[in-house]
Amino acid sequence: MRGILKKLSVLADRKSVGLAVLMALATVIVPRPASALVEIDITQGNIEPLPIALPSFSADGGDSKLAADMTSVIAADLKRSGLFNPLDPASFIQKNMSVNSTPRFGDWRQISAQALVTGTVIKQADGRLRAEFRLWDVFAQEQMLGQQFYTTPENWRRLAHIISDAIYERLTGEKGYFDTRIVFVDETGPKDKRIKRLAIMDQDGANVRYLTRGDDLVLTPRFSPTSQEVTYMSYGGADPSVYLLNIETGQREIVGNFPGMTFAPRFSPDGQSVVMSLQQGGNANIFKMDLRSRQTTRLTNSAAIDTSPSFSPDARQIVFESDRGGSQQLYVMNAGGGEATRISFGPGRYSTPVWSPRGDLIAFTKQHQGRFMIGVMRPDGKGERILTEGYHNEGPAWSPNGRVLVFFRDTPGANGGPQVWTVDLTGYNEQRVETPAFASDPSWSPLID
Amino acid sequence: MFKRENAVQGARWIAICFAVLFAAACAQTKPDGLAGNVKPGTGQDFVVNVGDRVFFEEDQSVINAQAQATLANQAKWLGRYSQYTITVEGHADERGTRQYNIALGARRAQAARDYLVSQGVNASRIKTISYGKERPVAVCNDNSCWSQNRRAVTVLNNATN
Repeated sequence: MRGILKKLSVLADRKSVGLAVLMALATVIVPRPASALVEIDITQGNIEPLPIALPSFSADGGDSKLAADMTSVIAADLKRSGLFNPLDPASFIQKNMSVNSTPRFGDWRQISAQALVTGTVIKQADGRLRAEFRLWDVFAQEQMLGQQFYTTPENWRRLAHIISDAIYERLTGEKGYFDTRIVFVDETGPKDKRIKRLAIMDQDGANVRYLTRGDDLVLTPRFSPTSQEVTYMSYGGADPSVYLLNIETGQREIVGNFPGMTFAPRFSPDGQSVVMSLQQGGNANIFKMDLRSRQTTRLTNSAAIDTSPSFSPDARQIVFESDRGGSQQLYVMNAGGGEATRISFGPGRYSTPVWSPRGDLIAFTKQHQGRFMIGVMRPDGKGERILTEGYHNEGPAWSPNGRVLVFFRDTPGANGGPQVWTVDLTGYNEQRVETPAFASDPSWSPLID
Repeated sequence: MFKRENAVQGARWIAICFAVLFAAACAQTKPDGLAGNVKPGTGQDFVVNVGDRVFFEEDQSVINAQAQATLANQAKWLGRYSQYTITVEGHADERGTRQYNIALGARRAQAARDYLVSQGVNASRIKTISYGKERPVAVCNDNSCWSQNRRAVTVLNNATN
């Protein structure tokens, strides 16, 4: 039966190859995926989550805790997406599943599972992990997907996320976002003496690692879409400035040599430029710096606060916030600068726009009557929808598939502080991402591949 | 009714003083407090007898009449003690978004700086910096705190006490 897995995929050692890399993705084994009965239509909001059974992966006499932990990570990923309902293992009729045998589909139909995942994870003699899984359509009684991976044992969580992504993609038709990370600002200490550190974690809150020590105030980290780099603002130098940090090597450099404070950085879609604000007296204007040629270009020239620039994914346009009309509103201009068109017209103040990686929406923070909201609108300003609203919600960032927004939610008073939350594009499925302390300014990595 | 209003105002005044601690407003309400023991020309003299900060309305950077008076006194004091250079720190309250507040704090620092220059302080003695909403002095959850955080603070460089 093992021969059925014709193509193998290999997960390269994370350390030796940087943050590479699935060398060759395994292909779907069942030749007729179109016949599958089980698929999720995610074009609507508040859909009924798909019942999916995830019996613990078998360890074939090896590390059964690792196998169970991997299964739990996959189940948690799928559940947090709001699109899946992992069934209670206590209800399972067929026990001790093997990845190499066909399930008794009747047993799984009886507990209303529509999809079933079987798998195994084994530590080989060479020290590497070998994991296999199969995704089954319970009603069609067919295998929908089967893949095999090799990796080093410390990568087990990443491997679980990669399997979650494969299941998600097969059942929704969209790219997953589980094998990703979130960079954020860790906040400790009293509110009037906050210590802020750059930190990075897996998208589910695991594997938190600190990138700065807390000596300098650091703000607004943003992931490069193409490399293991973060751009952020730091108060470490003579003037507060925009920096680049390589999160693998720890190498750090200032971006440009501007006469004054620079802030609100963000990468261009190709990762080769950074757009940011430069403070000039009482005004802030937007500049672009090419990271290779070091050439800087002024993009706005107004007697106002122009800030929070964000490129469209095709790199042709930039959305930003400006108070040039009297209060904070969203504007779109060509990527080379010049005339800008206001796109936000609702009551209140609009800020921190960020263009969806799909290109079809712009997410923002909106303030109105003392409430802080996260919302989305189309790039022409139409179709505004508020996704979450409360005392203080701020700073949305997109998951790489454009399906989920991560943001921070602050609470009032001396003991209050920010926490990281996610919300689905439809406004449903709000979830907190657990962090060790208060946390703000989250930014999602691209899919690690 | 009249009495009760006074009581409420008094309570708020104490709350503000408590939060600002040694800031000028509090010290000045106590005529025989710290002010008497302060050595002229020191950092403490500047904070206690002149006042190191001015305040702003929400989302504004206008130097109001009270701020003008404080900054004029600062300019006079800085004229007398010309050994100091200063940094004007601009701040915003927490009821705004981070990036905008950084720029708003800078705009407030710039407004205070420009007023000091108009009162005769040499521009080369003044540096500005903005902390946005990152460094509140008052942390309660209403406007009595937020209004203290919307400020520009004049900090003496190399000050001694």
